[in-house]
Amino acid sequence: MWIKGGLIVDPASNIQEKADLYIKDGIIAGIYPGGSQKSDEMVIDASGLWVLPGLIDMHVHLRDPGYEYKEDISSGSLAAAAGGVTTLACMANTDPVNDNPSVTNYILDKARQVSKVRILPVGAVTKGLKGKELAEMGLMKKAGIVAVSDDGNPIEDSSLLRMALEYASTFGLTVMSHCQDRNMCASGVMNEGALSSLLGLPGIPPISEDIMVARDVLVSQYTGIPIHITHISTQGSVRIIELAKHRGVKVTCDVTPHHLLLTEDRVRTYDTNAKMYPPLRNEADRLSLIAALKGSLIDCIATDHAPHARDEKDLDFDIAPFGMIGLQTLLPSIMKIHLDYGIDFIRLLACVTAHPARIFGIDGGEIKEGSRADITLFDPEAKWIFTEQDVKSKSKNSPFFGQEFTGRVVQTIVQGKTVYSGN
Amino acid sequence: MTWPYKDLIAIHDLKREEIATILDMASSFKEISKRDIKKVPTLRGKTVVLLFYEPSTRTRLSFELAAKRLSADTTALSASGSSFTKGETIMDAAYNVMAMAPDCIVVRYPYAGIPRKMAQLLPCSVINAGDGYHEHPTQALLDMFTMKERFGTLDGLRVAIVGDIMHSRVARSNVYGLRKMGARVVLVAPKTLLPPGVDTWGVDVSAELDPVIPDADVIMMLRVQKERLNRQFFSGDREYSFFYGLNRARVEKMKTDAVIMHPGPMNRGVEITCDAADSARSMILDQVENGVAIRMTLLYLSLGGSVNVD
Repeated sequence: MWIKGGLIVDPASNIQEKADLYIKDGIIAGIYPGGSQKSDEMVIDASGLWVLPGLIDMHVHLRDPGYEYKEDISSGSLAAAAGGVTTLACMANTDPVNDNPSVTNYILDKARQVSKVRILPVGAVTKGLKGKELAEMGLMKKAGIVAVSDDGNPIEDSSLLRMALEYASTFGLTVMSHCQDRNMCASGVMNEGALSSLLGLPGIPPISEDIMVARDVLVSQYTGIPIHITHISTQGSVRIIELAKHRGVKVTCDVTPHHLLLTEDRVRTYDTNAKMYPPLRNEADRLSLIAALKGSLIDCIATDHAPHARDEKDLDFDIAPFGMIGLQTLLPSIMKIHLDYGIDFIRLLACVTAHPARIFGIDGGEIKEGSRADITLFDPEAKWIFTEQDVKSKSKNSPFFGQEFTGRVVQTIVQGKTVYSGN
Repeated sequence: MTWPYKDLIAIHDLKREEIATILDMASSFKEISKRDIKKVPTLRGKTVVLLFYEPSTRTRLSFELAAKRLSADTTALSASGSSFTKGETIMDAAYNVMAMAPDCIVVRYPYAGIPRKMAQLLPCSVINAGDGYHEHPTQALLDMFTMKERFGTLDGLRVAIVGDIMHSRVARSNVYGLRKMGARVVLVAPKTLLPPGVDTWGVDVSAELDPVIPDADVIMMLRVQKERLNRQFFSGDREYSFFYGLNRARVEKMKTDAVIMHPGPMNRGVEITCDAADSARSMILDQVENGVAIRMTLLYLSLGGSVNVD
């Protein structure tokens, strides 16, 4: 199969040039910058399109097993494919929790049967995500997990976090940490500040995140073991991570598209689609995240795709669950950040390709001879409005409905096979 | 002139002139309750549903009497506070009520935002009777009406609001309203009970009650919510009463014509002693009386009444 006439954008090799790609047996078999000879094989005309390495989303909730009414491996993978995401890491907060190899095997077996994209499970750090006893990280690693995280349930016990880092590194696994001092959040449902007081909603103070980010980098520094902080949202987190990186701490982090593009202002109408953890913060926080992205302080962009059923989201703001879907708006959001803030597209693209691949220690996320033929074709000019009808997930909870985007995924290819075709 | 809103959700939404109009009109509605026959046909044929998802005596009774004195038909529905998260959602309940064609829904709800949502989604009038710690607009209007009756104007009036400001919808609605009407507001509370961003409210804040008393025209005491204790907001009743309770000694330091208000229900002996609550300065029962007039005014306006009434 050929992909001809497109502009190859590959952060790993820092290449942006027109070239034809030849794909054979699910592998990129050849890259021809000068164009290529005729052939009888199938040709995809990519003229006017950008040819990108398939995206890697480090932080997704597939809800399978246990909450298949919100999403399952099949529907989640469809949403990923439609978003140009060819690899995703799914979090362990399922029912049962992915804290042992049989759950890992279930996910991978089902993925082999129904998934359009590559699914890499993230195992739990502690049994049942309870923050008490370490989970079977080694056996889960053998079964196929790429990282460990108690996402959704912050590890409160600092000694346990230290053990988790040391134990995980024994098996070559990275810990992804969800930073939240629960006691400081109490019943909070939105960013704490003048707006939460105006709306009468309990606040989540930014410092409840900062404190845990600070603790995590200190534990990482003390043990010398890398840690990945997921979904940072505050100026404080940015400053702490900046300081830590300058001092050589092996800390990496990701940010979500919604924290880069939206603020707490979106909560004014009590729209529960704008209720997520961490909460949307204020404009100063948002701009500090943009600046950190610009300064390459933030390593990755991940969606924290968190499907919830309509009846759950239709509850009061105080009670409705935290989270929004994000797989299909990931790449358009990145394009918007590129256009609005003048950050090179290729650098932003690295945050969803080469960087997550490096942190997980996996192949993919690049376009080079011999690598996986995971390719996303992207029309950089297409203007479109994201609506509920576009959603491939089982759940339709997004604050981006009605948002106009520039740039749209046209076709998604996983190991040489087309798994999504737009038009 | 017609009233521009079908709903009343928040004092924050109202302009100064609109608040002034409500306060002016309330006097004529108050007169109705003093008649021998306490009923006018103004809202005959209209249906008002009271949807109370939180315990209430004063507010619910007040709305019910207000509607009845205007000849509206009323029916009240209260839900037990704990079952709604598992069972029918509030919006389902609202759509079901709507299917029976009420003209107005008066709603009290333990969480913020639901009255606003109902107002947006339902064609009938929605009046907020208190939502979480967002707003309690009719309480603030009756408080302002009571102050205006007593002092003639709200402009320049010095009002101290004392207690759990953070979790108080009454305080929020009063602050927004009083500020718009030109009153000077001072909030008195331990720092743990002040809301985030209070510095943007255009009010003074004092951690001590005693220095505030000699200057205040109105001292409004808020109920101490004992359920807050488990979140470590303060140490207990004893210390709270000592620093923030209104007692005889403090009442004696008040200005000659200054008054005491309380939205109820009171914790006698905690935020207010009996001799303060029952003193000649106490406007607490005037507040309750005026509540009916204010709610008659709002039912009338929300259900399409004209502003120039006499």
